[in-house]
Amino acid sequence: MTTDDAPRSNSFPGHNNKQGVGQSVPRKEDDRYLRGTGEYVGDIRLSGMRELAFVRSPYAHARLGAIHKPAGREDCVFTAADLHGVEPIIANSGLPGFKSSAQYALAYEKVRHVGEAVAVCVAPTRAEAEDLAATVVVDYEELPALSDMLDAITPGAALVHDHWGDNLFLQTQVAGDVDEIIRTAPIHVKRTLRTARQCMSPMEGRGVIARWESRLNQLVLITSTQMPHIVRTGLAGCLGLSEEQVRIIAPDVGGGFGYKGILLPEEVCAGFLARHLGHPVRWLEDRREQLAGNANCREHHYELNAYADRDGRLLAVDADASVDAGAYSIYPFSACLEAAQVASILPGPYRMQGYRCHTRSVATNKAGIVPYRGVARAGVCYAIESLMDDIAVQAGLEPWEVRLRNLVPAELMPFDNITNKHFDSGDYPEALRRVVKAIDVPGVRARQAAMQGPVRLGLGIAIFCEQGAHGTSVYHGWGIPMVPGFEQAVARLTPDGGLELRVGIQSHGQGLETTLAQVGAEVLGIPIERIQVVHGDTALTPYSTGTWGSRCMVMAGGAVATACRELAERIVAIGAKLLQVRAEDTRIVDGAVVSGERTVTIAEVARTWYLRPQELPADVSPAGLEVTGGYRTRRDTGTFSYAAHAVVVSVDTEMGDVKILDYAICEDGGVLVNPMIVDGQVNGGLAQGVGTALYEEMPFDAAGQPLATTLADYMLPGATEVPLLRIDHMVTPSPYTEFGQKGIGEGGAIGPPAAIANAVNDALRPLGVRMDRLPITPHRIVSALMAREQGVAS
Amino acid sequence: MTTFRLNGRDVTVDVPDDTPLLWVIRDEVGLTGTKFGCGIGMCGACTIHIGGRATRSCVTPVSAAEGADITTIEGVDPEGNHPVQQAWRDIQVPQCGYCQSGQIMQAISLLKDYPSPTDEEIDAVMAGSLCRCMTYIRIREAIKKAAANARGDSSNG
Repeated sequence: MTTDDAPRSNSFPGHNNKQGVGQSVPRKEDDRYLRGTGEYVGDIRLSGMRELAFVRSPYAHARLGAIHKPAGREDCVFTAADLHGVEPIIANSGLPGFKSSAQYALAYEKVRHVGEAVAVCVAPTRAEAEDLAATVVVDYEELPALSDMLDAITPGAALVHDHWGDNLFLQTQVAGDVDEIIRTAPIHVKRTLRTARQCMSPMEGRGVIARWESRLNQLVLITSTQMPHIVRTGLAGCLGLSEEQVRIIAPDVGGGFGYKGILLPEEVCAGFLARHLGHPVRWLEDRREQLAGNANCREHHYELNAYADRDGRLLAVDADASVDAGAYSIYPFSACLEAAQVASILPGPYRMQGYRCHTRSVATNKAGIVPYRGVARAGVCYAIESLMDDIAVQAGLEPWEVRLRNLVPAELMPFDNITNKHFDSGDYPEALRRVVKAIDVPGVRARQAAMQGPVRLGLGIAIFCEQGAHGTSVYHGWGIPMVPGFEQAVARLTPDGGLELRVGIQSHGQGLETTLAQVGAEVLGIPIERIQVVHGDTALTPYSTGTWGSRCMVMAGGAVATACRELAERIVAIGAKLLQVRAEDTRIVDGAVVSGERTVTIAEVARTWYLRPQELPADVSPAGLEVTGGYRTRRDTGTFSYAAHAVVVSVDTEMGDVKILDYAICEDGGVLVNPMIVDGQVNGGLAQGVGTALYEEMPFDAAGQPLATTLADYMLPGATEVPLLRIDHMVTPSPYTEFGQKGIGEGGAIGPPAAIANAVNDALRPLGVRMDRLPITPHRIVSALMAREQGVAS
Repeated sequence: MTTFRLNGRDVTVDVPDDTPLLWVIRDEVGLTGTKFGCGIGMCGACTIHIGGRATRSCVTPVSAAEGADITTIEGVDPEGNHPVQQAWRDIQVPQCGYCQSGQIMQAISLLKDYPSPTDEEIDAVMAGSLCRCMTYIRIREAIKKAAANARGDSSNG
């Protein structure tokens, strides 16, 4: 694989080699982060601003009785009855059979998970607001709680939403014909797998400031969000405002990972109160609110069967998957996105003849599910890659051998798989071969055979592909409130020759202020120091569904390139007038319009246009030096980046401790705009995946109480838990994007649970023990080994 | 009334004695580079220096700061070019940036105690400073680079 095929550089007149596409330039945003001058919601104070504290339900499921406000302070405490004209948050899917939930900004009639907001208190300081909240007395009639999705689908279970009749948001079915294969396949493997509920835990929690701007008759909401425009659409609906009456600003956002891809009840409350009270209000989520009330991702249960021939060739997968979607369908992604995704991507990067999958989005008394980095893919990869290892054992093959026999080969690309996913490009087997070589499989096997004593060695492999930047044709079928379509960017020259780029996505760690500037530099040759990327403000930027789904570099990058190319045409037209040559005889080189020996800089073009129009001839176009460019990929079925992961672990069979000894990744994200930023994303994703595999879990007791509500209990990986990593890159351009780039932001987090679980099970296989639940904690390993010993003994 | 020295300037505040220093620095003094992360000293986002030692300001009552010499991220270097900040910039450590003030304050303190730290020493000292973007691998690398730069070891810097 080489970069030679990449459709890049030559088609762009202003190609800037030093800072353009493909260069690991330093990040423009880093200086403020290193000096403590970044500005997050909590760093902003408005004149007259008051603080909010929420009264939250201590019960997972209860009928709400009277709410007693403290005497004399009634005007500082608000309940659902006070939010006149406020509509609940509703996020329906258009899929047949979907059941609707209404999430009220403050609980109405019932509370359905611990931490649900019941009342909100207003005071000059947060401390005073919290003291006030502590004096609000709420009458609850506790109801049976559903803390486990399998209990929730048992006949006779309590009902999260009384009028539904069951606890299913939605069931889906991919009804492939697999009966004949099931009857005749020589190899059949079977697994029941479970992943834990996690909390995404960005270091900055959620937070919002609301202010009513009377001059514009407009609500200004400053909020830590990944999707300002979507929040505006949803919030306007809940508050009964028209959208031009709402402006959303996302300042620096201290991590998202999906946690901030949501319209919040707290945003609705703050928006209402700012207008009602006539002064700004602010709410900042604290860590306990986050952990106790918002552990909201990743919880899957799988019943899996796979069938193969004697050579390990996959014939069919037959799966039943449940996703714990929590109590409410969250806006905009809904309660069913995750389970629907399971059904469509479970086949992974493999070919097979038959596929059947039944999914359930189950309602329980927990917070509504939000898509976390990789969304369903981390769980799905764990599922299919566990099956592949089992087939390898049955067929007497190395795990990598069985995968090589089943991966979609490069010569079939682009490839439409069994669920009609359109793999755009790539060489999956080559990625696997490279990572197998990097991890040195024969060497690991030799060490494994030579090891004595209680510490065992295990080798794990996982390979996956990841659909990113997928658009309308994929999303409209789900009928959720948000369907991504076209992406726009504004490119504008300033009178002194600087470039402003305005985009509707939001950058919160991905380095988009740098990479989008690199795209501008690529097209116009303007140095990135003179390029300002403006994002995170609905008043300043074109509409966008925001930052999620590994879409920004593809969609916003494409839009910026389009806008800059159109701007280049206008610059050239004006420059040609100044040079007194024909536009077609000019080109842009390193920030200047050039015709033969004659040159005029872009800055001079801008100065003339804005400040000295008298120097331009009468027939110059009045269009100006500001362009909104629109973009859509050539196919909207998404880019498919992919990666192979290989890991070596040691497992202490007495203490249950798992250590990662070596980790290698070979990934292909197409053309990389800034390889150093991509490596940082892969590093970070990997470490989050290690958390999913080994540490992170929000347990709930039978009453629905979350049991890890501080960072002393919820185990986020720290510096000592993160392994050194070797990353190898392949570069197979996407045929459908501007530069051949693919979405890559989520991939690092997808592979580790599968690879690490396979490695642990490889280590434990000789002992007859298999771990089928994440995270793989020391307690679970030791318990499984003890159970095995007792079973053998009896 | 509590008086202490903050980034080379005398500061007097009139707040209850048990007010966490973090909120005094952020809300009373108005320096917002020091961040709130967890409020129980488990994440390191609020790390400052008191008498040159890395300290979690979210669990330090203001009364404990009487007469102390305190440095926050804003006081590390007027131009933002402390060797640790330079190494951070070169190696491109930050992602979302939120925890980085605390990481840098912890790292500066680490390098005082261990001018040539090993991986184990780095991990042991930095383990209490959480980063959810998981920039740990580059933090390790940047600390080594800053140490090398301080030693004038250009081969590693």
